Amino acid sequence: MKILIKNGHVIDPANGIDGVTDIYIEDGIIAEIGKNDDLDGVENIQVIDAKGMIVAPGLVDMHVHLREPGQEYKEDIETGTRAAVYGGVTSVACMPNTEPVCDNETVVRYIKERAKEVGYANVFPVGAISKGLEGQYLAEIGEMVFSGAVAVTDDGKPVENSALMRRAMQYSDMFDITVISHCEDMALGEGDMNEGAVATEMGLRGISPAAEEVMAARDILVAESINCRVHIAHISTKNTVELIRQAKKRGVKVTCETCPHYFSLTDEACRGFNTNAKMNPPLRTAEDVLAIKEGLKDGTIDCIVTDHAPHHPDEKECEFGYAKNGIVGLETSLGLGIKYLVKEGYLTMSQLIEKMSKNPSEVLGIAKGTLSTGHSADVVIFDPQKAWTVDVKELHSKSKNSPFDGFELYGKPEYVLVNGKVVINSGELMK
Amino acid sequence: MKQDLLGLKDLSAQQIKNILSHAADMKKVVLSDSKKIPNLQGKTVVNLFYENSTRTRMSFELAAKYMSANAANISSSGSSVAKGETLIDTAETLDVMGTDILVMRHNMSGAPHLIAPVIKASVINAGDGMNEHPTQALLDIFTMIEHKGHIEGLKVAIIGDISHSRVVRSNIHGLTKLGAEVSLGGPATLMPKDIDKMGVKVFNNVQEAIIDADVVMGLRIQLERQKKGLFPSVREYFRFFGVDESRLRLAKPDAILMHPGPVNRGVELSTSVIDGDKSVITEQVTNGVAVRMAVMDMLINGGF
Repeated sequence: MKILIKNGHVIDPANGIDGVTDIYIEDGIIAEIGKNDDLDGVENIQVIDAKGMIVAPGLVDMHVHLREPGQEYKEDIETGTRAAVYGGVTSVACMPNTEPVCDNETVVRYIKERAKEVGYANVFPVGAISKGLEGQYLAEIGEMVFSGAVAVTDDGKPVENSALMRRAMQYSDMFDITVISHCEDMALGEGDMNEGAVATEMGLRGISPAAEEVMAARDILVAESINCRVHIAHISTKNTVELIRQAKKRGVKVTCETCPHYFSLTDEACRGFNTNAKMNPPLRTAEDVLAIKEGLKDGTIDCIVTDHAPHHPDEKECEFGYAKNGIVGLETSLGLGIKYLVKEGYLTMSQLIEKMSKNPSEVLGIAKGTLSTGHSADVVIFDPQKAWTVDVKELHSKSKNSPFDGFELYGKPEYVLVNGKVVINSGELMK
Repeated sequence: MKQDLLGLKDLSAQQIKNILSHAADMKKVVLSDSKKIPNLQGKTVVNLFYENSTRTRMSFELAAKYMSANAANISSSGSSVAKGETLIDTAETLDVMGTDILVMRHNMSGAPHLIAPVIKASVINAGDGMNEHPTQALLDIFTMIEHKGHIEGLKVAIIGDISHSRVVRSNIHGLTKLGAEVSLGGPATLMPKDIDKMGVKVFNNVQEAIIDADVVMGLRIQLERQKKGLFPSVREYFRFFGVDESRLRLAKPDAILMHPGPVNRGVELSTSVIDGDKSVITEQVTNGVAVRMAVMDMLINGGF
């Protein structure tokens, strides 16, 4: 099978490409990048006219909850990866807080096999740091890596024991994988939403930004002391950005990620007891949003991830204090990035793509996030000027818990290729 | 369109005044020898209480009965709530039994806001978590007006556990809308961040909050807060933050002392001030019935 993507504005940060050209794909592999008008005699070729559109590496979302095994009533590998490709995401790293927990090679293998059977996107399992996510004993990290895990994390909760965190970093380093840290001081973090005027007025329990920051500081210092790497997950506060900025200046091997909701929404979104604005870490203030954007701009923040966290309506249509944390995000992340980062001038399109494909691939050490020849062809094609309106009922995830209903965004993917196969064609899933 | 009373945040100054004015008429009924008027004849009021309550629940029940309504009570321990039914399902079930007014108390902020849009009955918030307790603030304001004649320009000092108090939030909304100056006093560990942005002054020194006040209101200290480390001991709390005679003397000579009840004697207020001549705590309870009659009457018959 041969595919030629013609006349598109190709952006490939890994190779410094940012201009109009063509991409020729053969047998699922990127064969050639460059003007290609000579199709005489070439048979069985599909030509995609990408004129006026951006052609970029398929997005890599390194923080996704696919919920399988165990919580298929929220999402499963099929529906989660379906939502992913609709959003231009061709690779996802899935979090280990499944039932059973992904803390051993059997579960890692199960996820990989299910993804092969039913997945629309590439799935890279992330294993647990500790057995059962209990923060007591190291999980069998080596065996998980050998069966396909690309990182470890206890995401959803912090590793409270600092010594265990240190050992996790040391141990993971041997296997050349990164520890992803969910930074939260549990005692300080007890609450419903960000601490401040909105929480106070609504009578909701406020979560101090320090809950995130003290743990980020701890993990930076622990990593620095043993010269190991650490990746700080879903950062949301001004001071966390600054902590990481300073650590990077000192040469600490720290990387980090933020999510679209932390650069597009504030705690004001919780008004009216809107449980779709309830998440952990919570939505912060306008000052934090600005600091996140600045951190993205100056390179302090490496990656944009969704923390796609599907929840059943019964878990959201309830009292705010009882509602589960988290929102779905796979289908809105690119659009939010274009609207709030590119159109506002914080990032160029190339930088946005870099933070949504190349950088997360590098943190995970996977051969994705590039259009280099010889790589499998994961490609997203979208028109960044074309507006679309989010309708949560139309989302392809099993769950619809998004705070972005009715938002006008840009750049809904028109074509998405996964391993050289067109899975989204003119905006619709190929059967 | 049905109307609800979820919080004073949602009411205009005029609407609050309308309720207070109607409550004055209702108080005459409460104090009369024949406590029965036909205003809610044939209507059904259901009290759905997820937290313990004596005075608020009884106050609503009597208010309903004085207006000839059918009144029923449900508490969370003796119902399907204990079997894990969701709040929406419980409320919808009660709704279709012919409920006209659902009075709800819940330990979670925003619970009545969840219910109001999905049922036909009018919802009255009888206290939701730490958010609002609008009828309490209405009866507090009603009591202040009875004694002071007006709200505008009054200095009201509210002392105690501000963080966890729904009473204080409703009072702030109501009092500031009517032009009072509100001062809050209490320990920093029980003072929520940025509450000054609601248009009030904040003091950790309760004397400063009380100086020249026309009204001093104590708030209940829940003793389990001590176990969470929010203050070291009841003894120390009273010493630094309790309202006793010497602190009350810092208020205006004709100041009144209020408390939403139930009071922990010797914790937030000394026994001497509770039983002293400035105390209007028992009047508040009577006024509570009148205010709730006014609210229910207006919800069914014409609105605020």
